[in-house]
Amino acid sequence: MSDRITMAHGGGGGLTRSLVKDIIVSSLGNSALNRLDDSAVLRSSSGKLAYTTDSYVVKPLFFSGGDIGKLAVCGTVNDLAVNGARPLYLSLGLIIEEGFPVSDLKRIVNSIRAAGAEARVKVVCGDTKVVERGSADGIFINTSGIGEIPSGKAVSGSGARPGDAVIINGTLGDHGIAVLSKRNGLEFDTTLRSDCAPLNGLIGRMRGVHCMRDLTRGGLAAALREIAASSKVSIGIDESSVPVREAVRAACEMLGLDPLYVANEGKLVAFAGEKEAGRILNAMRKHKYGRRARIIGRVLRRGRGDVILNTSIGGRRMIEDYSGEQLPRIC
Amino acid sequence: MKYVDEFNDRKIVGKIASEISALKVSANIMEVCGTHTSSIFRHGIRDLLPSGVRLLTGPGCPVCVTSQSDIDSMIGLCEIEDAVIATFGDMMRVPGSSGSLAAKRAEGAQVRPVYSPTDALEIAVRERDRKVIFLGVGFETTAPAVAATIIAAGEKGLNNFWVYSAHKIMPPAIRAILSADEIRIDGLMLPGHVSTILGPKPYEFINVPSVIAGFEPMDIMLSIHMLLKQIKTGEKPRVGNEYGRAVRPGGNEKAKKVMNEVFETGDAEWRGFGLIPGSGLDIKKKYGRFDAKKAFGAVAVAGGAGKTACICGQILRGLKTPKDCSLFGSACTPDKPVGPCMVSSEGACSTYYKYGAR
Repeated sequence: MSDRITMAHGGGGGLTRSLVKDIIVSSLGNSALNRLDDSAVLRSSSGKLAYTTDSYVVKPLFFSGGDIGKLAVCGTVNDLAVNGARPLYLSLGLIIEEGFPVSDLKRIVNSIRAAGAEARVKVVCGDTKVVERGSADGIFINTSGIGEIPSGKAVSGSGARPGDAVIINGTLGDHGIAVLSKRNGLEFDTTLRSDCAPLNGLIGRMRGVHCMRDLTRGGLAAALREIAASSKVSIGIDESSVPVREAVRAACEMLGLDPLYVANEGKLVAFAGEKEAGRILNAMRKHKYGRRARIIGRVLRRGRGDVILNTSIGGRRMIEDYSGEQLPRIC
Repeated sequence: MKYVDEFNDRKIVGKIASEISALKVSANIMEVCGTHTSSIFRHGIRDLLPSGVRLLTGPGCPVCVTSQSDIDSMIGLCEIEDAVIATFGDMMRVPGSSGSLAAKRAEGAQVRPVYSPTDALEIAVRERDRKVIFLGVGFETTAPAVAATIIAAGEKGLNNFWVYSAHKIMPPAIRAILSADEIRIDGLMLPGHVSTILGPKPYEFINVPSVIAGFEPMDIMLSIHMLLKQIKTGEKPRVGNEYGRAVRPGGNEKAKKVMNEVFETGDAEWRGFGLIPGSGLDIKKKYGRFDAKKAFGAVAVAGGAGKTACICGQILRGLKTPKDCSLFGSACTPDKPVGPCMVSSEGACSTYYKYGAR
């Protein structure tokens, strides 16, 4: 560890992981936290609960297809839902910079309400702090969420099995590129909208998946690497079947980014046995957040966690851990 | 924009691959440009080539070839009071003799990544009480935009904007590699972006077959095919142009004019090569008031770490691959890079690491 926090420690790659493991888990670890799934699964007298938290520092605060408020609901709801939980309650922590326009705050709270209504969750507790001008950048939001796991069946990031189909629910990179296109210093015209959406409705229809994660920072690549490592399997992905919008692909070419590593806020990857995959895919395609769902690869075998990409021109390469600071603060 | 797809067609690429195999030529081909290296690995192109065709990485990563003394000077600029160091993101984490720009930023220095020199100029316009210094790193592709920015700074009458020019030009480096004769090079894949500015003419001294290549898989496969055909016939070497859709015979006259208005060639130190005569771009006297080297003199931080086992220099000359380095993947990773080739997205080590060529 270097002796100071750099922006790369927040990038979602190896440095982020070592910060979480070496500083936080090593000191606060327990059986629920150590799993490092998207939410912790807890026992209560009446069954299993899922509990998670996330902080939102996106810049700009308002972007095409969403804003920091919608993101703060969807991100936490999705972390619960991909673990098989039905999201119920959220907490809301606001850190607001002195001088922040109240009209902007109202706009953000309104979109929290709208996203909460869609996801059928309630904000049940909260906290507000204001810091001196210059000590924050407009507004930062933290939400924690609690969900219940019906019949006690949690879905983990470590349940992928050899032979499983790898399913995603739509195009990659829409959120990351939509936000980047509005950033100061990098403004370019695009009609692209963030895919920011609560996925609990979609996930509710996906019965029988072995393993699931949502695709946020670090994109599909980071999620697959984590699943391959924690499930101890090797995964093969076909580049030509991974859906990427032309606008995203063109922007990535221009910026030197790889769509596999770009952030999403309304996408997930799920693993299911060959027999169930067709049924799950059909169910997904009937939901508005799963219309472009498709199978993009297979779990090849037990192994040490390789993710292999069959490139669209017929070559092969590995998908490795994304490293360092991509372009800061997309979520 | 659909332009990418037609150059990614599996059938066409497969057909070129079988034609390459049918030529039955063994050859060492150097891809001069780091973007080519990256595309070759990203698309798994080495898998499609017969074993006799060996691809060598070259010196075409501007961050990688920037000398240690330039890096130390750039980090040293952070010590200037009220300075804003504006830089392309790739430079941030390049290790100097002690520390890096990213480490300086974490300590509180104003180091800001920008996407173009114009962004740096805008900072200077907005924040008149700060000294904005843009780190000019790049080849012929970047230099014209920086030159245009310097001209614009003059027109705006700015007195708080400077450029630290570590710009380099490609042909002298290619000459240095060929004349050093350290490794057999049968053909050169020439940099597409640089050539859009230069055109093919400045490469006519090259005494082995060479082809200007685009960056999509089909471009790269086609240019390898063109090179192997030239190599096989053994005719007088010439400069082929596979990237005709972007590279015109005369290059980009307007860009060259702007570049020549502001810059003049001078000797420059390259990592791995040492001093290459006439390979650097210095700011002309006429624009001397924007020259950070003149304005701030030697501000380099004192050297600390000294020599490591890093073999970036030999990798840039095509003599070694990242896999030959004892630090690669263990002591040196993108999270804790020892040399610039592991930092830059165009660096051979970061490409090998990112695409799992271990």
